[in-house]
Amino acid sequence: MAKHTLAVLVENHAGVLSRVAGLFSRRGFNIDSLAVGVTEDPNISRMTIVVDGDDYTVEQVNKQLNKLIDVIKIRQLDGSDSVTRELALVKVNANSNTRSEIIQIVDIFRAKIVDVSKNTLTIEMTGPGSKIAALEDMLKQFGIKEMVRTGTVAIERGNQVIRTEGSEG
Amino acid sequence: MLDIERMVINMTGAQALIKVLEQNKTTTIFGYPGAANGPIYDELSKSTIKHILTRQEQGAAHAASGYARVTGKVGVCMATSGPGATNLITGIATAYMDSIPIVAITGQVSTQEIGRDVFQEVDITGATAPFCKHNYLVKDANKLVKIVNEAFYIASTGRPGPVLIDIPIDIQQKEISFLQDFKPDIRGYKPTYEGHGLQIKKIIKAIQHAQRPVICAGGGVIASNASQELLAIAEKVGIPIVTTLMGISAFPATHTLYLGMIGSHGVYAANKAVANADLLIVMGARAGDRATAQADKFARQAQIVHIDIDPAEIGKNLGANIPIVGDVKTILTQMLKHITISYKQEWTDNVVRWKQENAKKDSAKKDAPYVSPQYVLNVLSQLTKGEAIVTTEVGQNQIWAANNYKPTVPGYFLTSGGLGTMGYGLPAAIGAKLGAPDKEVITISGDGSFQMNMQELATIKQWGADVKILLFNNARLGMVRELQKMRFKSNYYATTLDGNPDFVKIAAAYDIPAEKVVQNAAVEETLKRALAYNGSYLIEFSIDPEESTL
Ligand SMILES: Cc1ncc(C[n+]2csc(CCOP(=O)(O)OP(=O)(O)O)c2C)c(N)n1
Ligand SMILES: [Mg+2]
Repeated sequence: MAKHTLAVLVENHAGVLSRVAGLFSRRGFNIDSLAVGVTEDPNISRMTIVVDGDDYTVEQVNKQLNKLIDVIKIRQLDGSDSVTRELALVKVNANSNTRSEIIQIVDIFRAKIVDVSKNTLTIEMTGPGSKIAALEDMLKQFGIKEMVRTGTVAIERGNQVIRTEGSEG
Repeated sequence: MLDIERMVINMTGAQALIKVLEQNKTTTIFGYPGAANGPIYDELSKSTIKHILTRQEQGAAHAASGYARVTGKVGVCMATSGPGATNLITGIATAYMDSIPIVAITGQVSTQEIGRDVFQEVDITGATAPFCKHNYLVKDANKLVKIVNEAFYIASTGRPGPVLIDIPIDIQQKEISFLQDFKPDIRGYKPTYEGHGLQIKKIIKAIQHAQRPVICAGGGVIASNASQELLAIAEKVGIPIVTTLMGISAFPATHTLYLGMIGSHGVYAANKAVANADLLIVMGARAGDRATAQADKFARQAQIVHIDIDPAEIGKNLGANIPIVGDVKTILTQMLKHITISYKQEWTDNVVRWKQENAKKDSAKKDAPYVSPQYVLNVLSQLTKGEAIVTTEVGQNQIWAANNYKPTVPGYFLTSGGLGTMGYGLPAAIGAKLGAPDKEVITISGDGSFQMNMQELATIKQWGADVKILLFNNARLGMVRELQKMRFKSNYYATTLDGNPDFVKIAAAYDIPAEKVVQNAAVEETLKRALAYNGSYLIEFSIDPEESTL
């Protein structure tokens, strides 16, 4: 099934996240990832939700989300016309034999080493989900001890903006 | 002169709540007190609002629903925290599934204590979120007035539904300055009423070209008060009308063009018309599984027009060729302006013939050992001219009522369609009577369902809610028994109600006159006696356990 990215503007107050999450579980929609944070307007949060499903499902997700009073606006983002990023922190096993090889890989991926210990390296990687998956694949051979991902955030390219009515630029 | 309304006045949260309820034209509240809504009740006692104490909170929620349905206003119910709030749940879910506007107000433990599992604390906003149109936990007393105004607005506009407001006790006690706040403007909530012009043109064209059009009316026709417009279109063009369970009474059941309810428990002519239609216009209906039986086999020859105010209903259960979002009444009015189509005589003649062919002959034998429920409902239709407010319970009684009682006033057939809640009928009838005291209110009951909320007989007694109770006693959970017969090789289990009380005596205990009718011969005179009686009345009818809905 295809993945679809939704940008959802919501009221920034308590309970909204649980309403959105509850809606997904209640209606049997699959969330691939959900990232949320406040926007340039402190009263509004923006969620980026990646949904797994066919066109019918995505249409339903869209409409059902819209029914939530706290949801202000939803836009489905077109993959080619938007910038999609995710941040991952990966802790891998590293020793004097493997360290330089790992650093090379990290360089190729334009990732960063953010912490070092005698037997680990912690890598910070930002990019589209696919790139993070590729890095993960390369690091597996050294033994990944721990990995944490933020989930995807996305924004449209160029002049396009998603704003609430009235503040539309 | 001083404009007192505009002045800032200091008052407690509870005082502000009552004031804003009054401003929202609340005159009756159904509820039950406890510790966590103590301050609200203290203020309520000083207000002009009439409080109807039910005997269980579920009864209060259903009564608020019955009240809302006959008055067109928002029904209000109230409960304390914890068990009071959880008892409301079934009523809230019932209202949600049937899109009935109610506002439920619950007391809550104080804000500092929330989350600590203190006495009678329950997360009622969390619990009801999946079946509320919206809900609020009030954490800031200064927002209370705004929240209540929003709740009424949300409950009653767009696709109506229940809204719950949970008010911690410290918020009820807190001093605030009362600020007028009348026009809710919620940026995430802007229902569409007007239909899209282009789509309307397409619908009209489709009707023009259709040879066998059928309209399926749902509860939305009643909610938007569109029965007159529906009648106008049907008669102008010659379109037969079928309804869903929720749509019953949207169109006069005595009208030639009315075929009845569709679906697995519907009537032959209605289902046949849908199966043969080349155009099906579904309006204010979600085309639920009970109505369509099998969505992919539903109206297979037809082009489908779907009119609904809730965009999420379009395409959810039914693929529509011409979808249109908006208020049914507004859209029908828009359509009526442009329709100049000649009457589809041949089709309506055909359809009416199907209806006549299958009209059940009244087979009620005068001396049979049981009463025929269909016969009772036919006689009731004649005696009331279909003008009474009728509520039903759930089970065979509901289906018999749906297919045999002939309501002629829009919105006067109250049933739990979406959730199928046994126990709805009696408290809903009480709410309806208190909302429309001049109307005859009758509840069609089953022996199982009646016992779900039988305690509300005390509410009838205390508040003089003159409700006539027609109880079909088959000593069974008849509908489930019927299911066991069809699907489980007649393995009847847990569907016999052997412990049934003497219902006539039960009624007598509440000073409600009651009679038992065991033969068809006595049906008419007993009904007449009950209807003529100035007060509540219960008639228990002995029904054959083998009597089926099909
Ligand atoms: C609260 C609730 N519990 C269970 C059911 C399942 N149910 C549907 S119909 C029915 C039997 C109803 O019995 P009764 O009220 O006597 O009506 P009858 O079918 O006998 O007319 C039951 C148990 C329900 N709809 N609602
Ligand atoms: Mg029964």
